[in-house]
Amino acid sequence: MRVRCTVNGERQEIDDVWEGESLLYALRERMGLPGSKNACEQGECGSCTVYLDGTPVCACLVAAGQAHDRDVVTVEGLADEGELHPVQQAFLDAGAVQCGFCTPGLLVATHDLLEREPQPSDPEIREALAGNLCRCTGYEKILDAVRQAATAKAGQE
Amino acid sequence: MTTPTRTEQDLGTDIAGGVGESPLRPDGTLKVKGEFAYSSDLWLTGMLWGATLRSPHPSARIRSIDITEAVRTDGVYAVLTHDDIPGDNRFGLEHADQPVLAGDVIRYQGEPVAIVAADHPETARRAVAKIVVDYEVHEPLVDAERAAFDVNAPALHEGGNVLRYLPIRKGDPDATAEVVVHGEYEVGMQDQAFLGPESGLAVPADDGGVDLYVATQWLHVDQKQLCRVLGMPAGKVRLSLAGVGGAFGAREDLSMQAHACLLALHTGRPVKMVYSREESFFGHVHRHPATMRYEHGATRDGRLVYVKAQIILDGGAYASSTPAVVANAATLGVGPYKVKNVVVDCYGVYTNNPPCGAMRGFGAVQAAFGYESQMDKLAAELGMDPVEVRNRNALHEGATMPTGQVVDSAAPVAELLRRVKAMPLPPETSTSDDGYDLRLLPGGVSNTTHGEGVRRGVGYAIGIKNVCFSEGFDDYSTARVTLKVTGGDAVATVHTAAAEVGQGLVTVQQQIARTELGVEQVVIQPADTGVGSGGSTSASRQTYVTGGAVKAACEQVRARVLRQAAKTLDLPASQLRLHAGKLVSADEAVVAAVVDVLGDETITETVTWRHRPTYELDEKTGQGNAHVQYAFAAHRAVVDVDVELGLVRVVQLDCAQDVGKAMNPDAVVGQIHGGSAQGLGLAVMEEIQVSGGVVRNPSFTDYLIPTILDMPPMRVDVLELADPHAPYGLRGVGEPPTISSTPAIVAAIRHATGADLTRVPVQPHHITGTH
Ligand code: FES
Ligand code: FES
Repeated sequence: MRVRCTVNGERQEIDDVWEGESLLYALRERMGLPGSKNACEQGECGSCTVYLDGTPVCACLVAAGQAHDRDVVTVEGLADEGELHPVQQAFLDAGAVQCGFCTPGLLVATHDLLEREPQPSDPEIREALAGNLCRCTGYEKILDAVRQAATAKAGQE
Repeated sequence: MTTPTRTEQDLGTDIAGGVGESPLRPDGTLKVKGEFAYSSDLWLTGMLWGATLRSPHPSARIRSIDITEAVRTDGVYAVLTHDDIPGDNRFGLEHADQPVLAGDVIRYQGEPVAIVAADHPETARRAVAKIVVDYEVHEPLVDAERAAFDVNAPALHEGGNVLRYLPIRKGDPDATAEVVVHGEYEVGMQDQAFLGPESGLAVPADDGGVDLYVATQWLHVDQKQLCRVLGMPAGKVRLSLAGVGGAFGAREDLSMQAHACLLALHTGRPVKMVYSREESFFGHVHRHPATMRYEHGATRDGRLVYVKAQIILDGGAYASSTPAVVANAATLGVGPYKVKNVVVDCYGVYTNNPPCGAMRGFGAVQAAFGYESQMDKLAAELGMDPVEVRNRNALHEGATMPTGQVVDSAAPVAELLRRVKAMPLPPETSTSDDGYDLRLLPGGVSNTTHGEGVRRGVGYAIGIKNVCFSEGFDDYSTARVTLKVTGGDAVATVHTAAAEVGQGLVTVQQQIARTELGVEQVVIQPADTGVGSGGSTSASRQTYVTGGAVKAACEQVRARVLRQAAKTLDLPASQLRLHAGKLVSADEAVVAAVVDVLGDETITETVTWRHRPTYELDEKTGQGNAHVQYAFAAHRAVVDVDVELGLVRVVQLDCAQDVGKAMNPDAVVGQIHGGSAQGLGLAVMEEIQVSGGVVRNPSFTDYLIPTILDMPPMRVDVLELADPHAPYGLRGVGEPPTISSTPAIVAAIRHATGADLTRVPVQPHHITGTH
């Protein structure tokens, strides 16, 4: 089957997609966008989190065909070429990135959280990111990063 | 050059980002942009996908394998079995006892039997499903004690089921004491659960060899094993490190490496393999489950007289690193305490359970749950404060280990405990002013309690870990450092084969080069087998050993720069030093710039660096100087427990650790956070449930690792007591925090509930006493 969608603002058209393929597979293996990660491919880790029409979803649980005619934003599309989004900068600065495999999903989830709630409390951050597993950091520096990103974004506005 | 100019000049500050600072990681920007190439992200035109057929049975004999239908499937390029292995069908870290593809005997569920290459991963999986294997299914041997001691148990390998037995004998084996406590403890099978699945890309080369891009912990040990399997010399099996999504021990053994290479060489096409999460649970070794029996004898005033222990580690079907895990559990088996009389018997055994090997903490984790539980039991028996009992027996510099080895650098056991104890405690209850916040209660938003039945508990623990490889292992690393002028600046390039797995070794390598060479720009070349071995990224050893190699190589490069400068400046080299891109004379004058001294010359030095030697342990007494360095961390855990439902919420987890020298303080704290979280997982949630040799929960739905809701806030206190034997005085950092975290949390749960908890992970029914 053929799937057409917009990814990070660009039109994408991919052919010969097998019905069982996930959006995650299509992004990673067919569109050259491996930024979204494949840690579990069963909706448990959040490493594959992308925006689908503005809502964060686990790309591994969305069939590629379901993205037809829809709008996808991945970690690669959070900032303009050569720039970092304040959330990306905060993760970098706070040391919230070790192996980094959880990072793309956490960035999208944090981006979404701060859109909804620009100044989240710690329990709110924890609740919002509870679907994103990280095995390296123990989450302390991820919390730091989210707090820093919230402050930086507030300063920008 | 004529007379050196002696400019009166401010020497300026040191080059930023050197040792002891916390510069950002060089791969961080790529990682936050989603552009860092992990091993599962690789892609080449015309590449095929590999898939693996695994045995569903933990114990069986293969009567026949029929690949006819699989081969006929459209899009399938190869179906390979044990018959297709050109070299030796065996691999293993030290004992090559594991088949690459099983040909006759199946020893664990998930053992690879056949591999397929196809043009789409789903095609490959479907072809795998069409392979017909006729198994003669056997009763699996799954009880480690039976495997060890029952002479009627079937032998799973030649030489029997006891892979290693290590006794430790010190002092009087028949010593008696006024107060005696006994305990039997169990540790469940923990998974490393790195997030980046086993994966890589094998590319056949024109010379008949193969290039493998893979996520691993030790490129050269993979290469050595692959050469045997492929029947090729090292020059033809070249490995490069692809981006690694965490490791924690699980990438020390081969997983898809040999399979991908076999398929690539057979088809002449690049082959990518990526495990699913389920396959990952079968694709790597786990932490050894342990059964431990302890007897502690002490005086009335709480001084240990003797410790006796029997530790049985279930190594599963193949050796992996079990012998070294046995050594750690045995030699560190009484913990960081001074004990005159010690009898430890430690066994690593073969069973038909999943193979076990390296995981962060490596043998020390299991023992710590045993000895720390005992110290608490002893404190209770004596009516003494648990920290006080530990203090009275605390190891210190100059004390002797059960192996006879004298601890010859800082061992601040009492001090670490004092520090965690002195940290402020969280508020009495986790409820907010206007009532309760479900998110802060055991059970969380499941809304299982509003505070009723919830009890607070506080627990302490301390652990000990050896750093680097032990027992006479020739443990070294190689670094190639180049200095030359690029674009008008002096730029250093560091090339090693040491695996960056997330811990930040690449950052530390840059820091060392900046400090030693006084240059700002340091390029870290991708790790590959084009340079000598860096040794394994395990045993908390890379900053020590590869860091030591980079330091040594930089020192040689620096010496050459100084010699060269001395010649041109006509000054003795001994009176020159490098500082922030300049050469400085004995009277603190800037006499030349490094760029001018270098000109168009490239200075390269390659150094193989070893830590001080260690020695084998005596087979009968376990005596010997087996370890390079000891490292210590202490935890205090505060928990809230819903005693009716047996639900636990860790409220706070604090840690004090001595790191000798904090090479990168931020990264050190990151290691302590992450290691403590894995210890929390083992304490209250993580276990691969194996029944009859069959894994019941190979998914992140059923194998639970801590989320951001499970991990409490942490206070971390980092001590820096230099080890004079180590580069910069540093001490390995990665493992110690994983060790004491688990027993501290369990101690806190015991304190809250009064339950006699003898097994980790603690499950609700252990607390409620229901079954
Ligand atoms: S890969 Fe999608 S949730 Fe884990
Ligand atoms: S940084 Fe490795 S999983 Fe989060």
